[in-house]
Amino acid sequence: MAKKLDSYEEMIKGLWRENPVFVQVLGMCPMLAVTNSAVNAVVMGVATFFVLVSSSFLVSSFRGVIPKQVRISIYVVIIATFVTVADYTLLALVPAIHKELGAFIPLIVANCMILGRQEAYASKNSVKFAVLDAIGTAGGFMFALLALGGVREILGEGKIFGVPLFGDNFEPWVIMILPPGGFITLGLILLFFNWVTARRAARNQLQPQPVGSDIR
Amino acid sequence: MSEQDPKLLLQPAPLLQQGMTTPQAMKDVWIALAPATLFGIWHFGISSLLVIIATIVGAVVTEWAFTPAAKRQIVLSDWSGALTGLLLALTLPPGLPLWMAFLGGAVSTGLGKVMWGGLGNNLFNPALVGRAFLLATFPIAMTTWHGAPDGFFTIHASNLAMPLMQSATDAISQATPLGLMKFEQSATATGSLLLGTTTGSLGETSALLLLLGGIFLILRRDIDWRIPVAIFVTAALFSMIINSVDAMKYPAPLFTLFSGGMMLGALFMAPDPVTSPLTPKGAIIFGVGVGLLVVLIRVWGGLPEGMMYAILLMNAATPLIDRVTQPRVFGRAKSNGGAK
Amino acid sequence: MSEQPIQQMTQQDPTSTRLIISMAVAGFFSGLIIIGIYLATFDTIKENKARELKEAVFRVLPGVTQMSQHRLEKDRVVPYAGDPDENTLYAGFGENGDFIGYALTGAGPGFQDTIKVIYGYQPESDMGARLIGMWILDSRETPGLGDKIYKDAEFVGNFDALSIEPTIKVVKKGTKTKNSEVDAITGATISSKAVVRIINIANDKWLPHLPVNPPEAPPQTQTPTPSPTQEVQ
Repeated sequence: MAKKLDSYEEMIKGLWRENPVFVQVLGMCPMLAVTNSAVNAVVMGVATFFVLVSSSFLVSSFRGVIPKQVRISIYVVIIATFVTVADYTLLALVPAIHKELGAFIPLIVANCMILGRQEAYASKNSVKFAVLDAIGTAGGFMFALLALGGVREILGEGKIFGVPLFGDNFEPWVIMILPPGGFITLGLILLFFNWVTARRAARNQLQPQPVGSDIR
Repeated sequence: MSEQDPKLLLQPAPLLQQGMTTPQAMKDVWIALAPATLFGIWHFGISSLLVIIATIVGAVVTEWAFTPAAKRQIVLSDWSGALTGLLLALTLPPGLPLWMAFLGGAVSTGLGKVMWGGLGNNLFNPALVGRAFLLATFPIAMTTWHGAPDGFFTIHASNLAMPLMQSATDAISQATPLGLMKFEQSATATGSLLLGTTTGSLGETSALLLLLGGIFLILRRDIDWRIPVAIFVTAALFSMIINSVDAMKYPAPLFTLFSGGMMLGALFMAPDPVTSPLTPKGAIIFGVGVGLLVVLIRVWGGLPEGMMYAILLMNAATPLIDRVTQPRVFGRAKSNGGAK
Repeated sequence: MSEQPIQQMTQQDPTSTRLIISMAVAGFFSGLIIIGIYLATFDTIKENKARELKEAVFRVLPGVTQMSQHRLEKDRVVPYAGDPDENTLYAGFGENGDFIGYALTGAGPGFQDTIKVIYGYQPESDMGARLIGMWILDSRETPGLGDKIYKDAEFVGNFDALSIEPTIKVVKKGTKTKNSEVDAITGATISSKAVVRIINIANDKWLPHLPVNPPEAPPQTQTPTPSPTQEVQ
């Protein structure tokens, strides 16, 4: 690593500039499948957060001793272990939500965002930065889940976290709860994200570009 | 998307679709739709006019908002945005809350057209995209059918629901001919289907007037006659076969042809030159596919009407049909690299 | 994860033995952790499941305070203590140990996905064999429409006293005339019909095999609602 890492920057980049969902377009499967309500989104986000941060911590701690020939297998073993822990914990604590999330909790193990962070970052950086990076990335993922889940619950049921917003006569947008609503909402949010990025890029071209603010 | 490939334009005649992107062709469609629309307004009262206005406003506003200022003049002057709104309105129940109609118009244009890059680039028929969205989003409001009102100027209370709110529950829902067929196995007389004095979407009931408009379009060469003819023949044959198996349970061919959105879809939506195959052979395959799917969905599907999904599904198959049925281009490599 | 072999490691390619040992060590710790979490959560999970089941049974058999689990094995209903499966049924008893009815389950295709139903069945009453309650255990019906099969109290109420003679039928809402008819949900006829079809099919499966004499109440030793695991397991 030639350039010096700034801990704040390493953490914050996952939230917006390198947001795993809106910029890297990773982790689409849970993104579309479990965001039909804000609560589901939060639980999924917390589970992913736990798995990613713990895995990054372990992988980074043992980065010197994991032989590179079998590193992916060992990452998967580590991730799968934490996913199992998360799975059982949710089943014990919040059985109703666990039932709704269903197969998508075990499927966290296949979330390419997590394996990607291990391979691309945690295995090459010190524990401190690996954990900060994981917190940022998982936070960005949670933010994305919540954005999608919030929009879908507000339009689909007229509620947010189960609290009614519009009174009894609200006409639910059924499609928002169904899978197509996930695709449409995600598409529109990506559209918005790209629009913001493009606008910012256009503005930065006019002004002198500050050092280090490389706009993707 | 193979439709937009400039090389496709090199294929031999007949190229009936060539004039269609011009405002003149759009004007023809407006003229062709006028009788059925006016009849719908007369039959369902002033409510239906409000629904039409709401969808057109929704469609045009969306198109305006998402078009770069420099291009607005050109894009909006060809009346195609408003036409999308009108076509959508004709497929809606006359008692639909106006805010939903407006949203439908916006979705038609936004998700159905603008997002693909504007008129000519869309894979699906924009009006039907809007209808599919509305049907999936507001299934109850979209299947609450009002009959003819007491007087022409009676506005259904459900039309005036506040945005995001449910329609008032005064709606006395009446079953459409297709609904009666599906759930009570009773056929409506062909006469009233032809005239359009039944319940249904506000512009789809009058089979006769729609047929007149369609013939006008075919004579003006605005649409490919093969598509509607293939749809009618296939649907009629298919329904004749199943009707002969069990006449009580399955609809007769004439009922199939004149009920629901069959006429409107087959004549005004399926042949949309942007979303249907360009080749004559492709047009026939497309029409046969729509005809088969309509009857399949109507008879064995969960919903009474299947025209919308039939057309949307075949829209999705259009690029493939175009590629398969493309005539050999002479003087080129044999591989299909030319079409890619 | 392997601490030992690392000491002698050089920059050369590691031997296969070392790779295998690394994997084994990783797997070993992973296994330990998984067993740990499994044991730590086992009781809670079991209790949750038992409570859920008990709530469902109590919901479809009003007045029941205790239940016993049985299983249909080769045309015979026998007491059963294992994990519930599709052949498991429950007998519900009132406070005095008197038999109230069976909770039977059924599953079948709905509009979207499989619907799982549990319903209370009373072999003898003043209106003959009848249903005394119905609850949906699992379904993915359209929110706002099909999900009324459990959200619409009126529809669920149809099953509170429903004769099964000659067979349960769905009719258009508001046209219910007989004891064996169910008012459909407006706009969700398919889901309504699916529920009734599932129950009718389940009835064909269960009813011929139910014993003539109802099972004995479970020996009551403690208060009616002790740790639920004891009664179900």
